Amino acid sequence: MSNKLLELQNLKTSFRIEDKYYAAVDDVSITVNKNEVLGIVGESGSGKSALAFSVMGLHNRAKIEGNIVFKGKNIANSKPSHLNKIRGDAMAMIFQDPLTALNPLMKIGDQIAETLILHRPNMSNKERTEHVIELLNMVGIPRPVYVYEQFPHELSGGMRQRVVIAIAIANRPELLIADEPTTALDVTIQAQILDLIRTLKNEMHAGIILITHDLGVVAEMADRVAVMYAGQIVEIADVHTLFEKSKHPYTRSLLNSVPAEGQDKLHVIQGIVPGLKNLPRKGCRFSHRIPWVDPSHHEENPELHEVAPGHFVRCTCYKHFYFPDETKEVHIHGNPRG
Amino acid sequence: MAILEVEDLKVYFPVKAGIFNRTVDFIKAVDGVSFTIEEGKTYGLVGESGSGKTTTGRGIIGLETITSGRVVFNGADVTSRKSKSKDMRKDMQMIFQDPYSSLNPRKRVIDIIAEPLRNYERLSKIEEKKRVQELLELVGLSPESIMKYPHEFSGGQRQRIGIARAIALKPKLIIADEPVSALDVSVQAQVLNFMQDIQKELGLTYLFISHDLGIVKHMCDEIAIMYKGRYVEQGTKYDIFQNPQHIYTKRLVAAIPDIDPRNREKQFKFRRQVQKEYESSYSNYFDNEGLAYGLQSISDTHLVALPERG
Repeated sequence: MSNKLLELQNLKTSFRIEDKYYAAVDDVSITVNKNEVLGIVGESGSGKSALAFSVMGLHNRAKIEGNIVFKGKNIANSKPSHLNKIRGDAMAMIFQDPLTALNPLMKIGDQIAETLILHRPNMSNKERTEHVIELLNMVGIPRPVYVYEQFPHELSGGMRQRVVIAIAIANRPELLIADEPTTALDVTIQAQILDLIRTLKNEMHAGIILITHDLGVVAEMADRVAVMYAGQIVEIADVHTLFEKSKHPYTRSLLNSVPAEGQDKLHVIQGIVPGLKNLPRKGCRFSHRIPWVDPSHHEENPELHEVAPGHFVRCTCYKHFYFPDETKEVHIHGNPRG
Repeated sequence: MAILEVEDLKVYFPVKAGIFNRTVDFIKAVDGVSFTIEEGKTYGLVGESGSGKTTTGRGIIGLETITSGRVVFNGADVTSRKSKSKDMRKDMQMIFQDPYSSLNPRKRVIDIIAEPLRNYERLSKIEEKKRVQELLELVGLSPESIMKYPHEFSGGQRQRIGIARAIALKPKLIIADEPVSALDVSVQAQVLNFMQDIQKELGLTYLFISHDLGIVKHMCDEIAIMYKGRYVEQGTKYDIFQNPQHIYTKRLVAAIPDIDPRNREKQFKFRRQVQKEYESSYSNYFDNEGLAYGLQSISDTHLVALPERG
């Protein structure tokens, strides 16, 4: 059997605004393999969460086109009854905000047990309770027997996020989608949660989609990285290539805007991420944020080009891109970023 | 010259209980914090959520009633009742964390930015409009947008409206409470660059409150680390990042994700090692209540909270 766990084929997720559909995820094709962490990076509004929700089938009124092939079967636009057999079992999600992802009126233990009741109806009550406590132990919650009886408001943010993770891994999913799992947390707790996700990958050999806007988190966790801008993937490569030899102007701008050693001035990307309604649907979507690059350098219909094995870049403008605060000559001919 | 001196600042919140609603205990949000900021510098205050860093900032500017301690701003004690605090407030302004909730959604940009001007300066309508337009231009927004409402702007633009309001009265000190935490990286870069630019232009002093050590490292000259209302370490950028002494600081520094994927394994090992050290030597750094000890000086610039042993 192949190593492919999830394959998105030309996925397009559109939302209706005033009787017209606008694509928030536009023609995305990616694969996730077993035992692999795929990082998806992008600013807010780039469509990364919309992508995750599409895979999980959590959008209510969105139009989904293209294929979502999970373990060889297309699950795009499947019936909820069918999806419910997969969701929480073979495929699970860690949500961003642990405060809203948990039911405030339900005991912690019962919330975790709920997914076990649904997917493993043959489990006895005793077995189930034991399994929940084992899960709480696994995600590093101290005094699990006591926490079982507690309510979400009695736990700190980090502990709540662990509970959300415990729910997600309760049935040992093969695919785990983590949507900004540490954004709401302090750094020390973030480090612990990331460590936990790593352990899960090593122990359960799951495929993980890690969605984040934090480039540091991606650098530490991902095997491969996809960069999203305005609903499209603009660059995809293995993590080392992406951080050392990134090509797309957007990736390079993002990397340059993070405070780093010996950097005096941070790079600022001109303009703003366009709203869903105002997205340019023709030509290079990033072009209006790098107006100093000659329009003729953009492709008419930008495609992903394979510049090295496994390294894809959208549009041809990367060949002519330079940072305006640097001298032009150096970067047109020289190899950018060394 | 020191523009701000804080001496033994304490902010306690009472815990009330029982049918008479009597005070039964205090939460010591800020528990004896002292520091000075030199004019024109950026002083970073770092800590995790609940460490008291925001309360410190709010206590200094007077948004929180302080329990005891002294705040000397520009040579005048602003905590004593005799002080004319209104004049002081003009020179001390605050940038708030969340650009979505710190601007009144029902006010137009002109009214938001002109509010401090209306409080302190008598300006005619025309002068006022001109000043607001100048300020908008200074923060890089179009002067035509004065009649717009906050919801018409993006997060970064809103934060710049907040900054325009803060600098309207040409303050000397700005307390910036997590000014970029709610923003995307590229917008974050925009706001940080801008804060540095106006610092040079207007000779501002910043008290920069943040939980993000990477940003603090980029922005600040001096840095203090807070934990449970107390300082655990204070020093220059070099002291804190290259030579951290307190285990809590080490743990924070180790937890910063490294942007270079090649250092991944090294970073993970280092973090484990620090975590082990944290568990084994916890009692050397924290007292019986889990609080930091008093500060000991280990060099001219570097203070660390260690038990008194010399």
